[in-house]
Amino acid sequence: MAHTNAPGSSTTTSSEFGPATGLSCRECGTVYDLGPIFACAECFGPLEVTYDFGDVRREDIESGPTNIWRYRSLLPVPPDVAAKPNLQPGWTKLVKADRLAAELGLRSLHIKDDSGNPTHSFKDRVVAIALEAARTFGFHTLSCSSTGNLAGAVGAAAARAGLDSCVFIPADLEAAKVTMASAYGGRLVGIQGTYDEVNRFCSELIGDELGEKWGFVNVNLRPYYAEGSKTLAYEIAEQLGWRLPDQIVIPVASGSQLTKVDKGFRELIRLGLVEDRPYRIFGAQAEGCSPVSRAYKAGHDVVQPVRPDTIAKSLAIGNPADGPYVLDIARRTGGAVEDVDDHEVVEAIRLLARTEGVFAETAGGVTVGVLRKLAREGRLDPDAETVVLNTGDGLKTLDAIAEQARPAAVIRPSLDAFRTAFAN
Amino acid sequence: MSVSVRIPTILRTYTNGVAEVSGEGATLREVLQKLDADYPGIGGRILDETGKIRRFVNVYVGEEDVRFAEGLDTSTPDGAQISVIPAVAGG
Repeated sequence: MAHTNAPGSSTTTSSEFGPATGLSCRECGTVYDLGPIFACAECFGPLEVTYDFGDVRREDIESGPTNIWRYRSLLPVPPDVAAKPNLQPGWTKLVKADRLAAELGLRSLHIKDDSGNPTHSFKDRVVAIALEAARTFGFHTLSCSSTGNLAGAVGAAAARAGLDSCVFIPADLEAAKVTMASAYGGRLVGIQGTYDEVNRFCSELIGDELGEKWGFVNVNLRPYYAEGSKTLAYEIAEQLGWRLPDQIVIPVASGSQLTKVDKGFRELIRLGLVEDRPYRIFGAQAEGCSPVSRAYKAGHDVVQPVRPDTIAKSLAIGNPADGPYVLDIARRTGGAVEDVDDHEVVEAIRLLARTEGVFAETAGGVTVGVLRKLAREGRLDPDAETVVLNTGDGLKTLDAIAEQARPAAVIRPSLDAFRTAFAN
Repeated sequence: MSVSVRIPTILRTYTNGVAEVSGEGATLREVLQKLDADYPGIGGRILDETGKIRRFVNVYVGEEDVRFAEGLDTSTPDGAQISVIPAVAGG
């Protein structure tokens, strides 16, 4: 069945969205025109961007800018997107992690370090795509529900583009995230509740006259926004020399990032840009918010929501929208979904910092913690090319490790004092 | 019990664009049956062919996600506000 959008909603020609041709329901396949819509009118399923890529060559990508716009021919953005005011995120480092690999008994390990993005998390990728959609649809205010990183990314992107912003967060987020998000001059609103309650609030706000003219990056712009995570897959493959990794460990909050990395890998295969070889995708959650991991272990294909209780607040989504698809992908690729407790998260943050000089936020601790757990339990192939994502900067979640990360000593500025303190 | 039901944008074609309608029933199941009687077809958008809440629909009675309560058997006290919300948001 084909739908056009409801009267009054904006529609556009596909040229404004580059190779994108429309939206399609991931559940029932109903197709829609490109527009600021996110859920299928038939079944409420998530809408996905569909494409007609044509011929995409490695050389064209390699000659592009050193940010996500080198992949503009694979994204729902206009051809001149690189010239527009945005944060130009991406092309972050793929760190060859030999010392961490040695500790974990792996032969070849890389860290995709997305703390190097403009607002220090992977969220700049997704927001950049949503921003272009917002511009095309004529929204003047950018909004979102956020566990912290997204609030900063939206505030910064809106500031660069000259749009207003109004972002919503749980009121008890880490101080650094709140401070950073509020610095960009938009409206930052703390909600007394969990992220899932903030998310529900935004879903109702968008149906109200107060919010119906806003571009919510992860609600009515979500089909576009989510595509930004494909650039992680593209970059990893290109940085490995146009090869897919054999196994990859990815954090799971809503599950969108993991599903889009898989989509990116499959597109590269279909376009002949990489060799078609099997890869395994592993999802990582914190034990205190592990609805997808629980469902995976129980053999379920639906996800029962939970009430989060973990220091990994950026992953604290108890009702993950893309949870069922994470289960499908983990099972299809021969991966798994696993979780670690908060103590292991802190250990993993310190392990990564100590071995590779990469200071991750708690979400990175979850992912490296799960990598370590999988390696210890023999569930990863130790000889395979392995990639782990670090999606955010440890400076945003200092409280998580502050008690264990203090000066070794505080002394007077004298050699004697130093000798005394470190005599042994 | 008399309740109010918030209708998401994509289902307002059934309610002539109205965002909130009144409903009746002692449980969520009864409220949805009455809603479908008043606005024919809307029930089939919220519930799947087997009569369960669709997996990409969240339904709240007051502040409570009914998946944390009794699902369709969740009681709907007089004056309760029921919200039907697409689940594919956030993250």
